[in-house]
Amino acid sequence: MKNTFDLIIVGGGPAGLAAGIQAKKAGVEDLLILERDHELGGILNQCIHNGFGLHTFKEELTGPEYAQRYIDQAMELEIPYKLNTMVLDIAREGNEKIVTIMNREDGLVFLRTKAVILAMGCRERPRGALNIPGYRPAGIYTAGTAQRLVNMEGYMPGREVVILGSGDIGLIMARRMTLEGAKVKVVAELMPYSGGLQRNIVQCLEDFHIPLKLSHTVVDIRGKERVTGITIAQVDENRKPIPGTEEFYSCDTLLLSCGLIPENELSGKLGARLSPVTSGPVVNESLETSVEGVFACGNVLHVHDLVDYVSEEAGRAGSHAAEYIRDWDKDRSRDNKENAVRIQTEGGIRYSVPQMIRPEHMEDTVTVRFRVGRVFQDVYVSVYRGEERILHKKRRKMAPGEMEQLVLKKSDLTAAGGLDKIVMKVEEA
Amino acid sequence: MTETRELICINCPLGCGLTVTLKDKEVVKVEGNTCPKGEAYGKKEVTDPTRIVTSTVRVSGGVLPVVSVKTASDIPKGKIMDCAEALKSVQVQAPVAAGDVVLENVCGTGVSVIATKNVSAA
Ligand SMILES: Cc1cc2nc3c(=O)[nH]c(=O)nc-3n(C[C@H](O)[C@H](O)[C@H](O)COP(=O)(O)OP(=O)(O)OC[C@H]3O[C@@H](n4cnc5c(N)ncnc54)[C@H](O)[C@@H]3O)c2cc1C
Ligand code: SF4
Repeated sequence: MKNTFDLIIVGGGPAGLAAGIQAKKAGVEDLLILERDHELGGILNQCIHNGFGLHTFKEELTGPEYAQRYIDQAMELEIPYKLNTMVLDIAREGNEKIVTIMNREDGLVFLRTKAVILAMGCRERPRGALNIPGYRPAGIYTAGTAQRLVNMEGYMPGREVVILGSGDIGLIMARRMTLEGAKVKVVAELMPYSGGLQRNIVQCLEDFHIPLKLSHTVVDIRGKERVTGITIAQVDENRKPIPGTEEFYSCDTLLLSCGLIPENELSGKLGARLSPVTSGPVVNESLETSVEGVFACGNVLHVHDLVDYVSEEAGRAGSHAAEYIRDWDKDRSRDNKENAVRIQTEGGIRYSVPQMIRPEHMEDTVTVRFRVGRVFQDVYVSVYRGEERILHKKRRKMAPGEMEQLVLKKSDLTAAGGLDKIVMKVEEA
Repeated sequence: MTETRELICINCPLGCGLTVTLKDKEVVKVEGNTCPKGEAYGKKEVTDPTRIVTSTVRVSGGVLPVVSVKTASDIPKGKIMDCAEALKSVQVQAPVAAGDVVLENVCGTGVSVIATKNVSAA
């Protein structure tokens, strides 16, 4: 196979597809999408519920339908891709990057490229991290694994189910298992609020009268070969179980929906700086990581709940990668990294993406996405440059499960010289 | 008699909180919505709630054993479980194309169930 490229995209989910489409439209001809699975579309292939694409297509699609729209576009633009191909490593060599891949036909191959877009998505938090005491009998699955089994392999993992964690996948699976004839007895959530979207609480739990117990956790798993029951208990504000609040549920299956983490093994090895909050790379206004010419988008950058935002963000990564390739021969030594304005988040805001902005590289505006650490009602999101408040937006409601965004103007960032940071925070009304 | 109901719009993942005001069982006001869909939803949810149902049906001779499906439009909320039950006995032959009807007039709703994914023959 050919082994030099202008652009290599790692991952063929919605992020990789949208990035490729936009890069090609912006003039990148010599590109390749690499996907380890046997089909394009990523996690959307197993998300058979509807709720995708309302912002982009003004209609409500299921996951596979949404993916197909982008696959069709990629085919129309004749974007080259390789399936069943695992990216094992990305390394720097001068300004170029060497991408190591492996597949059945070609074996182990080294590819050379000017730019890389990381679009590897995320994975579920493994159950080992949950620290549940007791045996490890059969019948314990992550919610995403169960989703794949039911929706793609037609296999029902159990009949009587308890779900730990109220992230979206857990909520979606509560409904899915119910429709397939299982009895979902309870969804227990450690935090005092759900990590999932409100609409999923309504249409996945309330529609089916499935109880959601907030501030609860699993304290005991019964069964040696197969799960036979689960004990949950209420927790106090330090997330410690409160004695005397234990409740036992008989069940044959426990689903764990305890959150997602960006898949950044490759980015870490490459030396891209990772954020301890998002677990994804730290990026600038161009969605470029700390490694020049390596861009990131979608769930590998930070976990998204809306695929529309993934596609939009990935499109931007695609255009920025195209610019980078166009300017390949330019002297970059003057791209003074010290001119970057850092976005500091505090007062309830957990993180922002991007984490920094180079005003001279930004377009007229830049969209900053962020998440809050707890539920807020009737507050303002403010941005300060020194003492000066440059943005003040009212929010009726913000919750940790829902990604927020605001738009910064170039004029706000370039007006004053010597600016090294802006501060974003939540303020009470 | 005036009463209010607090709802969450499920039409899109924004999940706006709605306050629906009813007077003598008639909807007189919907507040809290960000777009017109929210208003329509608020009215409907208190009078005639409906949902899109998504599930899978068995495929024979395909590269996957099941294909994902959805109701082509929303059906009464009270028929969700009947619809799911009806889909259990449906089996289709590969190849299946997204948009193919796998079951007509599910549970007398007048709504068809259609495939949402292509499954080619093995
Ligand atoms: C269960 C669930 C329910 C959701 N529900 C909704 C919803 O109702 N509405 C909505 O709008 N959004 C929803 N989302 C969010 C949205 O689907 C995701 O945010 C989006 O799919 C992320 O796209 P991605 O391309 O970043 O990642 P993915 O779709 O995960 O794609 C990443 C791809 O990279 C590949 N890959 C990873 N590592 C490598 C490697 N080393 N080499 C080669 N390939 C690799 C993977 O195989 C995968 O195909 C949901 C997400 C999940 C998980
Ligand atoms: S009111 Fe409009 S924006 Fe708000 S949740 Fe409903 S459909 Fe979405």
